[in-house]
Amino acid sequence: MKVLVPVKRVIDYNVKVRVKADGSGVDLANVKMSMNPFDEIAVEEAIRLKEAGKAEEIVVVSIGVKQAQETLRTALAMGADRAILVVAADDVHTDIEPLAVAKILAKVVEEEQPGLVLAGKQAIDNDMNATGQMLSAILGWSQATFASEMGIDGDSAVVTREVDGGLQTIKVKMPAIVTVDLRLNEPRYASLPNIMKAKKKPLDEKTADDYGVDVTPRLEIVKTSEPAARAAGIMVGSVDELVAKLKEAGAV
Amino acid sequence: MAVLLLAEVTNGELAIDATAKAVTAAKALGDVTVLCAGASAAAAGDAAAMIDGVAKVLVAEDASLGHRLAEPTAALIASLAGDYEHIVAPATTDAKNVMPRVAALLDVMVLSDVSGVVDGNTFERPIYAGNAIQTVKSSDVKKVITFRTSTFDAAGEGGSASVESIGAGDDPGLSEWVEDKVAASDRPELTSAGVVVSGGRGVGSEENFALIEKLADKLGAAVGASRAAVDSGFAPNDWQVGQTGKVVAPDLYIAAGISGAIQHLAGMKDSKIIVAINKDEEAPIFQVADFGLVADLFQAVPELTEKL
Repeated sequence: MKVLVPVKRVIDYNVKVRVKADGSGVDLANVKMSMNPFDEIAVEEAIRLKEAGKAEEIVVVSIGVKQAQETLRTALAMGADRAILVVAADDVHTDIEPLAVAKILAKVVEEEQPGLVLAGKQAIDNDMNATGQMLSAILGWSQATFASEMGIDGDSAVVTREVDGGLQTIKVKMPAIVTVDLRLNEPRYASLPNIMKAKKKPLDEKTADDYGVDVTPRLEIVKTSEPAARAAGIMVGSVDELVAKLKEAGAV
Repeated sequence: MAVLLLAEVTNGELAIDATAKAVTAAKALGDVTVLCAGASAAAAGDAAAMIDGVAKVLVAEDASLGHRLAEPTAALIASLAGDYEHIVAPATTDAKNVMPRVAALLDVMVLSDVSGVVDGNTFERPIYAGNAIQTVKSSDVKKVITFRTSTFDAAGEGGSASVESIGAGDDPGLSEWVEDKVAASDRPELTSAGVVVSGGRGVGSEENFALIEKLADKLGAAVGASRAAVDSGFAPNDWQVGQTGKVVAPDLYIAAGISGAIQHLAGMKDSKIIVAINKDEEAPIFQVADFGLVADLFQAVPELTEKL
């Protein structure tokens, strides 16, 4: 079985986000960028499937700016076999919407015929939580979102999902789209020898036009603003003082 | 303009708080029709009909809709979409599973976690873990939206909408339900609780979480946790508050042993009063706290439980 893993280049999760003064967006120039943390978990899960003999090949794909090449190299260094970069934007500030990403991925799936797509449940930049579900709808495949545990059993996958009330386990027919949550695994770090080796692994470069997908956004960004700041608080010296302050504020 | 709102129905019961908050958000867009779908959904439909501002309720009962599997639920909504300009739901994990699928079936974008309605096409939503608020204008003919419930007040009762039964959509038979693991609790639900007490990595173990729970029970509060605490196995996943967990905005949020990573702040910084107890005075949680106490939580939390 071939596993396809879409990965996204996003602002590093440790970086403090700065909204541009003109309200046009978030400043991404000269900011540390990394692989979306949820996508790292997806790559890791694919590698574990391969190590367990349940997958033969791992293809990673990224859709966005040319610099996403670095993200793909990271995935290759972790253990993916092959990469596809779909250049769909020139400006690092352009975010390709999940619907367009899903349409491109659907074309990649048609070409590559994977038995499983493993994706992060959401990207930590636009926080949409949508691409996997949309891809699944376009392909007419089964979907199992927010996976914290998964096993492949012949032509189906059993997936435990993190949901509001706790956990839900479902069984989905393969081929399937599984989107992964935080507790599925802990991604490995790429070793230096593997980083070197990854430079020689194949990376195909395509464009959105190659797949005939229109990436024109459906949502026009009117403005981006800072959230309302909280008023500065005070430090209290003891539990007694805390209790007094809470009573004063009518909180208890 | 008509709005179709997917109610949150779990095992035949309406999650009234989440649904009523989404009704408040949806009312600004037009007449609201609520869809209650499930293996049994009639009682949920009757409850939804009483929410103030609901014009009509559709009840779809079918075994295939029993566990809110994405495929049959999305197929049903897509089959009803013709009559509505807005298709909305509270941003629960169920809706986040279903609504993007609905949007793609309709070839439109989804608007997730919307926190503000500007007009019928223009919406505000948090991005980057709430570190920025984006205003976006949709050019799609239909808008598929999930509403962040913590930013809307629940609509009251007093409605008397008509209830109509409808058939299920096509079940493509792609997935089947195996089991739910849901912890029974007498505590209030995390996203609708007036008070939340949360513990983080500093709590140290699952056993020690009892300290947090005691304080919560004293205050009639829900219990929350940081990602670090959940990852370490101190607390179950459904307690996680944060960017990708639950978003809460209670009147009082008490964070004990939580350092305050931006991903956690994203889930609680709209709380009215925030109390932080941490032994590290440099912890970022103090930057959003109204009242900060630098102390060992193993002393401060029991003392607080006793003195409140």
